[in-house]
Amino acid sequence: MNKKKALVGVFLSTGLLFGCSQKEETAEKPKEKEAAPVSSELEGVSTEYREYAIGEIEQFVQATDAFTQAVIAGNLEQAKELYAPSRMHYERAEPIAEVFGDLDPKIDAREGDVPEAEWTGYHRIEKGLWIDNTTAGYEQYAEQLMKDVQLLRAKVETVDVTPELLVTGAVDLLNEVSTSKVTGEEDRYSHTDLYDFAANVQGAEKIYQLLEPALKEKDSALASDIEKRFADVYSLLDQHKQGDAYKLYTELTESEVKDLSLAIDALAEPLSQIGIVTEAS
Amino acid sequence: MAETQKDSSLFVKKVSRRNMLKTAGAGGIGVLVGASGLGGILSITKASETEQVDNTVPFYGKHQAGITTEVQNHLYFASLNVTTENKQDLVQLFKDWTAAAEKMTKGEPLAESASNAYIPPKDTGEATGLSASNLTITFGVGPTLFVKDGKDRFGLQAKQPAELQGLPKFPLDALEDAWSGGDICIQACADDLQVAFHAVRNLVRIARGKAVIHWAQTGFQRSKQADAKKETPRNLFGFKDGTINPDVKKDSDMNQQVWVQQGDGPDWLAGGSYMVVRRIQMYIEVWDRTTLSEQEKTFGRHRDSGAPLGMKQELDTADYKAKDSNGQPIIPKDSHMALSHGDGTQSILRRAYSYESGMDPQTGSFDAGLLFICFQRRPSKQFIPIQNRLAQSDKLNEYIIHRGSALFACLPGTKQGSYIGETLLS
Repeated sequence: MNKKKALVGVFLSTGLLFGCSQKEETAEKPKEKEAAPVSSELEGVSTEYREYAIGEIEQFVQATDAFTQAVIAGNLEQAKELYAPSRMHYERAEPIAEVFGDLDPKIDAREGDVPEAEWTGYHRIEKGLWIDNTTAGYEQYAEQLMKDVQLLRAKVETVDVTPELLVTGAVDLLNEVSTSKVTGEEDRYSHTDLYDFAANVQGAEKIYQLLEPALKEKDSALASDIEKRFADVYSLLDQHKQGDAYKLYTELTESEVKDLSLAIDALAEPLSQIGIVTEAS
Repeated sequence: MAETQKDSSLFVKKVSRRNMLKTAGAGGIGVLVGASGLGGILSITKASETEQVDNTVPFYGKHQAGITTEVQNHLYFASLNVTTENKQDLVQLFKDWTAAAEKMTKGEPLAESASNAYIPPKDTGEATGLSASNLTITFGVGPTLFVKDGKDRFGLQAKQPAELQGLPKFPLDALEDAWSGGDICIQACADDLQVAFHAVRNLVRIARGKAVIHWAQTGFQRSKQADAKKETPRNLFGFKDGTINPDVKKDSDMNQQVWVQQGDGPDWLAGGSYMVVRRIQMYIEVWDRTTLSEQEKTFGRHRDSGAPLGMKQELDTADYKAKDSNGQPIIPKDSHMALSHGDGTQSILRRAYSYESGMDPQTGSFDAGLLFICFQRRPSKQFIPIQNRLAQSDKLNEYIIHRGSALFACLPGTKQGSYIGETLLS
């Protein structure tokens, strides 16, 4: 989950921390930001992205259903197996999923992000599965998680995907990678961070692919640079993949972690220019 | 935003300098100034007539700035490794760096504020409104830019100077890869650390996808404000450091000792200079429990005056032959000064900064010392023989350890319309 959003949940407003009024959003309401002045072409892209994100959330519901059932049934090994792949759907659609400042922490908060008594969701169960090595006592969290995910599915229909959400969402996904996945803090008990890493990159790539035709018209050199950087990141990730499974974070060497981190920086810098698609041509 | 910025900088100029007196005389601010007393006004008058308002060092020139430039208060040094394999990327990088460095050394942002709020600002912003602070940005290339792991990376192998090889291993070296080497270096010096950091940060940002930081280090000296008499700066052992340094104002000396000349090697480097960087950790806790007499014998100088042992004034000529009543040399042969001097035939232009990087987590001691930087025309005839002597028998070796090392060829200067590195890359 997004650290910043967790703070929003706790302190109500990042404005309190940074004196920045732009981000004043309450935990209860979805983000409402002014849309950029855009062409109808970009409106079409927004619609397409909305469908993609809802599709991912739909699959997230199904995957979470299987995961939580395994927990409730006391099937420890199966629950462990389903944990990381289920989360990938959420991580791909994070720009949309985290719009709901109240649900995101319930589903995805890490230990310490919220007061202990309020800590629920995937990472709470993760700690049970890997640290306590049991499902016993975690059934209630599984039931609550399923309810929260279903609520997310219902609410996500109401999201208005603005071009700005797309433009910032692509880089935000990579920023998530830089600040929590590449440091091994996201899945600190299961060490399955690379699944979340890959899913964030895939989510960013989806946005990029949707904006690519518009970007090529404005700056084709930038577009090909971004494509090359995506390929670099995937080729590094592939080195840590066996079949469908990614290596554990703890199996990576220090220099492999650094290479992954630098590859994300090299991708995110040109990708941050994608906002030029909002300019009138 | 751009307008406000311009307006406010005009405002600052008007008020802070000579014009302030005019305004004050006219009445408005007179009350405020008056409150601080007549002396205050007089001292402002004096400063505004003698002080150079312009604190910019030109980026373009025959040589790069930051070598013979008067030493600024702060340093941010970065060693980078090139990640691109494409020579054209490298050329573009140096072109982009040249344009950016030229702007930043004038105290200008990389771009006026952006018209599109949906892309990040081009300039990172922390130097907005700050003066150029005598910022200099100096670029160098290391041996590994030419050949790395036996590979001629950019077709530059034929251009690699014989002098640009990895430095030899000196006795007692405890070099760590994390503080050594690099394909390219950027030395940013300024009288303000934020200005220096801003420069390197933006240059590294421009390099994303083409080069990454390998290691970096901040450095400091006493500031000019703190030392109105401009005495020789002291190092963290409390001793004056840099008393004997070639005179940067003498072109003939600089041509003899610092600037690479036509015919010295490949001519693309003529007008450039070799830069040695050594990250030397100083065991300051150990030093602090060493007696004054031992400290002075270690350096060969008196601590307070900086005078050579047996002399009164800092600039007195050292007498290496003088003996004490026991027949021992007054300046020990293994003192830092005696060994650095050798037979007096080798000379380097030192431009070192102290560094401190908080605590060494392993020992709980300070991680502090010297980021030794020197410039010279031929390392093989200058730094290398000097360091060989020091590494073998310098008394100072009990208190220091060399953790990092790098050699770079600082490129010749460039002019408007060209770019740094053009003579090498074109």
